[in-house]
Amino acid sequence: MKKTRTSTKVRVAGSYLFLLTVVGWSLYPASWVVLSSFKPGKSLYSETFVPRSLTLSHYAELFQSESLMFSTWYFNTLKVAVFSMLFSTLLVTLSAYALSRFRFPWRKASLTLLLILGMFPGFMSMVAVYILLMQIGLLNTHTALIVVYSFGAIMFNLFVAKGFFDTLPKGIEEAARMDGAGNLKVFTRIMLPLSKPMLVFVALTTFTGAWVDFIFASLVLRSKEKWTVAVGLYDMVNSYQNAYFTLFAAGAVFIAIPITLLFMYLQRHFVDGLTAGANKG
Amino acid sequence: MKTKKHGPTAALLSVLLPGAGQIYNRQWIKGIFLLALGMVSTGYFLTVLPKAIRGIVTLGDVPSRLVEADGKTVSIPGDHSINLMIQGLIVLFLFALYVLFYANVIRDAYRTGRDRDSGRVPADFRHTLIYIHDFKFPQAMLVVPAAGILFLTILPIVFMILLAFTNYSSPHHIPPGNLVDWTGLDSFAQLFRLKSWSGTFFGVLGWTVLWAFVATATTFGCGLIVALVLSQKEIVLKGVWRTLIIIPYAIPQMISLLAMKMMFNGQFGPINQYLSHFGLGRLPWLTDPYWAKFTVIVVNVWIGMPLSFLLVSGVLSSISAELYEAARVEGAGRWQQARLVTLPFIFFALGPVLIIQLAGNFNNFNVIYLLTNGGPTNPNYQFAGHTDLLITWLYKLTLNNNIYNIASAIGIILFIIIAGLSIWNYRQTRSFKEEEMAQ
Repeated sequence: MKKTRTSTKVRVAGSYLFLLTVVGWSLYPASWVVLSSFKPGKSLYSETFVPRSLTLSHYAELFQSESLMFSTWYFNTLKVAVFSMLFSTLLVTLSAYALSRFRFPWRKASLTLLLILGMFPGFMSMVAVYILLMQIGLLNTHTALIVVYSFGAIMFNLFVAKGFFDTLPKGIEEAARMDGAGNLKVFTRIMLPLSKPMLVFVALTTFTGAWVDFIFASLVLRSKEKWTVAVGLYDMVNSYQNAYFTLFAAGAVFIAIPITLLFMYLQRHFVDGLTAGANKG
Repeated sequence: MKTKKHGPTAALLSVLLPGAGQIYNRQWIKGIFLLALGMVSTGYFLTVLPKAIRGIVTLGDVPSRLVEADGKTVSIPGDHSINLMIQGLIVLFLFALYVLFYANVIRDAYRTGRDRDSGRVPADFRHTLIYIHDFKFPQAMLVVPAAGILFLTILPIVFMILLAFTNYSSPHHIPPGNLVDWTGLDSFAQLFRLKSWSGTFFGVLGWTVLWAFVATATTFGCGLIVALVLSQKEIVLKGVWRTLIIIPYAIPQMISLLAMKMMFNGQFGPINQYLSHFGLGRLPWLTDPYWAKFTVIVVNVWIGMPLSFLLVSGVLSSISAELYEAARVEGAGRWQQARLVTLPFIFFALGPVLIIQLAGNFNNFNVIYLLTNGGPTNPNYQFAGHTDLLITWLYKLTLNNNIYNIASAIGIILFIIIAGLSIWNYRQTRSFKEEEMAQ
């Protein structure tokens, strides 16, 4: 009996040691960036992990420096993110609700088509979208980003949202119809209030998407004063390597913290969405 | 007694002029609305459709040329093949919608006419709206999303598929200077047979497949181990551990990957700094072909492990204690329990997700692009580096080198791989489910 107890102790101690290592490994890069953002000077090189002295000057510079235009990027991104969030939530809700709660000809075919379209590499169509935007004169505008993000969200979130609507009980809907509520009333008065968690999920994913997309945004936005934060941060690292590192770190922390918190709050949905998507093929 | 034949008459009128049948049926508002829409669009297609079809078929036949005028050489622009193609596609897509609209107008006129024959009064405009609300609600909801998907997703994909069958590539076939032509399967032939291309293609494909499998296996394996360790009943503060472990998953990839790129910087990065501090020498993390491959795999574990951890933890909590109880009664030890109960259960539950992750890793653009940008460059490759995946190579070919035809051929091949995996996965999952039901 005594022997098993020591072996359990060893096992538990080993497990804690292992978990500590994992957590250290998980947190190291993030904490390194956070500490770098408080480090005096501009370069990547630092003698110690925790800087000898701390400063807030990089955060101040982000918003004060005229040449950097970080605050312009910030408001550009905020604008794009808010509008994409509104439109995408509307579009995703409309399409998911129609495809989930009604049966009509071509329904199954549309769902299969959407699944197949999702398997094409997204970048493949980016060039075509670029030419299309050029044709209608929307290059280098935020409208283009808003339109593409909003409709892109349909492809992205449709199956999660549809899965949510699938789970809403039929009984409530039937009761409302019995009381004489039509399609529109059932949708706006009964179903929408019930689907608040899903609406929040779709809204927040599109909102954060606008903050982190640098590929499409850098393709469409040609002039520096139109850039979004992600394009700007990418440019800071790519064009200057370590010359602007601490500024990049400050910008990254500034953007990453709200998004990270949102994500932690939403992570359950992401996991559920992935398993649901897998079960439906 | 003479029976009235409103149905065929109304239908015929709408064939001649969309909306006329509706007006004949005394549906004034609807009729006038359809008539106006029909006339405008008929006029539009009469002028643009022939041009659009010719544009798509020929891809332009007037090359740009230099003309001597007043002793100066002036370049006169010719046909822009790519613009012709995309404009042609837009017109054809619109025309397909128009045909659909036309057919429905005729059908509607016929049905209303037939209803009149049997003595019913045709619906007025208000009743038409009520009918749409009551019976065509989902279709009405889907109009805007469907239009967006048609023009922003389907049209671009069709366009890019078509590009694979042209010679649209730098340096000799780039509009507006030159024309682009249809060349059938030439791009695929080049990709597979032409030494310079096929060498790169098979090299990159090999690494892509290796990467997809190793990346999926390592992230899943690590997630599994961490989840198993954390699930032991002796471990306290499970929620806190869990939160700390999944933080990398929550940080935007774009930011964490750019930070990693700096962290592994050979000259100034902290990793090499520590190594040299301990007298171990600096390592070429991102600049040596083998180390770069190693680094992207390791960084990918950092990014992907938390998700696998969450998935496995979810499954672990759903395994019933009775199964373990039964195993213990049979005399199974800790390891045997894990091997005979836990692992089969996890693989059964997460098999489909694993396949999805595998497919996703084929197209894992972010990790490669942000960390190494495909580099270090491989002198034997066409515009690709040692760590380039098919997807990042495709990206470079289009945006940096303008070799669109080869890039879109690669895109089609990638699509076939991913679609094949997904369909196989779907079949497997379904048969699993049926098995479960049979038991």
